[in-house]
Amino acid sequence: MSLLKITDLSVRIGGTAVVEGVSLDLAPGERLALIGESGSGKSLTALAVMGLLPDSAEVTGSIRLGGEELLGLGDRELSRLRGERMAMVFQEPMSALNPLMRIGKQLAEPLRLHRGLNRRRAAAAAVELAAQVGLPDPELVVRSWPHQLSGGQRQRVGLAMALATRPALLIADEPTTALDVTVQADMLKLLDDLVQQHGTALLFISHDLAVVAELCPRAAVLKDGRLVEEGATDTLVRSPRHSYTQRLVDAARATGWDTPEVAR
Amino acid sequence: MTLYVLRRAGLLVVSLFAASVLIFLVLRLLPGDVAQTIGGIKATPTQVAAVRHDLGLDRPLTAQYGSWIGGVVTGDFGRSVLDGTSVSGQLAEKFAVTGPLAVGAVLLALGFAVPLGVLAAVRRDSRLGGAVNALGQLGIALPTLWVGLLLVVVFAVQVRWLPAQGFPVDGWDEPGRALRSLVLPWLTLALSEGAVLLRFVRSAVLDVLHQDWLRTARAKGHTRTSALLRHGLRNAAVPVVSVLGLQIAALVAGAVVVEQVFVLPGVGQMLITDVGNRDLDKVQGEILLLTGAVLVIGFVVDLVHRLIDPKLRSAV
Amino acid sequence: MSVPSSRVLRALLKSRSGFAGSVLVGVLVLSALVSLVWTPYDPTLARPQDSWLLPLSGGHVLGTDRLGRDELSQLLTGARSTLRTALLAAAIAAVVGLALALAAVLVPRWIGAAVVQFTDVLIAFPVLLIAMILTAVYGGSTWTAVTAIGVGAGVNVARVARAEAGRVLGTDYVLAAHAAGSGTWRTVRRHVLPNIAPTLIVQLSLVLSVAVLAEAALSYLGFGTPPPAVSWGRMLHEQQSYITARPLLVIWPGLAVVCSVLGFNLLGDGLREAADARLRVRELQEVPGA
Repeated sequence: MSLLKITDLSVRIGGTAVVEGVSLDLAPGERLALIGESGSGKSLTALAVMGLLPDSAEVTGSIRLGGEELLGLGDRELSRLRGERMAMVFQEPMSALNPLMRIGKQLAEPLRLHRGLNRRRAAAAAVELAAQVGLPDPELVVRSWPHQLSGGQRQRVGLAMALATRPALLIADEPTTALDVTVQADMLKLLDDLVQQHGTALLFISHDLAVVAELCPRAAVLKDGRLVEEGATDTLVRSPRHSYTQRLVDAARATGWDTPEVAR
Repeated sequence: MTLYVLRRAGLLVVSLFAASVLIFLVLRLLPGDVAQTIGGIKATPTQVAAVRHDLGLDRPLTAQYGSWIGGVVTGDFGRSVLDGTSVSGQLAEKFAVTGPLAVGAVLLALGFAVPLGVLAAVRRDSRLGGAVNALGQLGIALPTLWVGLLLVVVFAVQVRWLPAQGFPVDGWDEPGRALRSLVLPWLTLALSEGAVLLRFVRSAVLDVLHQDWLRTARAKGHTRTSALLRHGLRNAAVPVVSVLGLQIAALVAGAVVVEQVFVLPGVGQMLITDVGNRDLDKVQGEILLLTGAVLVIGFVVDLVHRLIDPKLRSAV
Repeated sequence: MSVPSSRVLRALLKSRSGFAGSVLVGVLVLSALVSLVWTPYDPTLARPQDSWLLPLSGGHVLGTDRLGRDELSQLLTGARSTLRTALLAAAIAAVVGLALALAAVLVPRWIGAAVVQFTDVLIAFPVLLIAMILTAVYGGSTWTAVTAIGVGAGVNVARVARAEAGRVLGTDYVLAAHAAGSGTWRTVRRHVLPNIAPTLIVQLSLVLSVAVLAEAALSYLGFGTPPPAVSWGRMLHEQQSYITARPLLVIWPGLAVVCSVLGFNLLGDGLREAADARLRVRELQEVPGA
């Protein structure tokens, strides 16, 4: 029984098809990468799962989470699942946190919303969460404002927030793209460890095959809103069937990435 | 933050000083002559000179300014050269009308402009949002005094629910009548201030709706509405508060007009009467008082702005 | 400013608000012009036997007031003082605004800071209070009203123009021009003024709408153009005493004010849209060539 089953998903915005007939399947605890250039529809697919697409988007097909159909659910029903069964880490850590709310409050918010924690216990939980993602001096961090943290620290906050309720599914949308190269590796390792530890299923969105190959055994390639190739990441890299996939492999190699045979 | 408060307070003092010099110079240097006014058109040059001397107008400007500002600091905002009444003496009584008028109008304006502005932003693509936005635009184009007159036509002339003008002679000793006579002035002032406010709130909320962190909040389990309430509004308040400071000057002007339309014996009407009589000493004090009020409220608004924005708070 | 103005004009008339604004302002200007050569009746001529005529009676389209003066003729003539005050005030506002803005960004820093402070202090003076100071000294007149509105609006224009001019001066191409030896005034003429012109024009159309409102308020309070000149604000003032008997007569002048204000506001919106469109076209043209 799959945890997330997307069947024939199409998204149209303003009459333009941005995602067309995408089908994906993710088992509990499994990791799947969604690869493509910007504008390929990978982020929109993720937002469709979360029910966070703009109002003007028309969505057809089917998205099932643990057997329950998500398309057609109202905002209220979806809000009970978001941050509880499924969570998301966004690309831009600089703008993803509310600038007028202290870190601790934002960290513990999923627990307040879904577990009904009172203020005191939520504050304690926030400190634990901050420590879990390796933020230095968690007591201080929870009392800080977002603008006082670095990009890498904020992205850790974003990850801790997403995993606060131990959701069954985590969607990570290019979580390291906006970070300094020096902290990207740390961030990926942290993500890897935590997902492993909690047994969370991961839908990892990226344009970078090099990053994906180390994290996800399975990958799906998206181009212009359509799925062009799907399979084991190793196979995909070694013998891409589609020319577009080949281009992505070449792009990754061009930046000095070793072949996966060597990496693994 | 303490350093900021001190610096901002210093700036306030400088601004008040600059405003007082400006008012003083404009009223003293421009070639109108109080002495001539008091003496009357037929006064001989000798008589005018005598009046000038009595009023201290033949002293050096710095000395005149010094004695004026010295009075102001000790609470003496000037005395009529015509009938001897003083601004300070009348102020308490006049402010008992203008204060409640202004405060009530601002609260009322906030009361309808904030929810309607939010509505116009959230439902911007719907007919309802468009209609609210159009009403706001129309509201800005309505002259305050005309709104007042229209309200009088409807509520005082047609249905006769409320008095068309005036304020009870005993003032707030008759709270019921005092309140009733303020209802239409409140509505008038609130409608014209609120229309501007509505536009500000709408654009601030529109801006917030596009923010990434609002999406983050929804990803954590907020509904659209609860995300806006818990995360959005506080952020939208920041730019609204900062323009609120600029709106204060408009509020003061609006209050003066409204007092005239509804014949309310407030600070504005006192000013209009004194301007009509060319009672320059009183006008000088009253203008400084009103400008000072604008500057002081602007100061408070700036501090509030700092308080709700942590980025500004931690910066010096 | 290489784009021909006819294209801007076309863009303006194509936008809905620009078109509506142009029509309303057109009506205002036309009324003022027509009143110079013709009005149905002499707007100031009192004919007691014709007092309180209802609209469309006795040859008076909008009726007459207590003194038997023709309402429509007064409205047409009133457009003159509204338009005159608004245009003169906008001219003063442009000069004051531009001077304060340029002074703030061009001169040595400490003087610039003082100019900024001075501008901010002036912003605390509502137009009405400036008008009252001037009226207290000179008595109410067109000039006191125009000066008060022009200065009061000008400091607000200065605030916007200053930000805009500062932005332009900070851009790479201006810095480059400066480095290449372009003098200050040359930089202002060649780069700053053309670049802040669209913003300034939009601001001035808003000043016009503010001026119409302020003129109405000032003449209502008796601080504007004195009689026998006709103004909408004073019509409202004169009519207020008879509001119970003839409520209709406070409707017309107010409506005239609203239409004029709305006209200038919509015109400003339309101009902004047209200017934005022009900027977008320019950007599109520049990108591929660069």
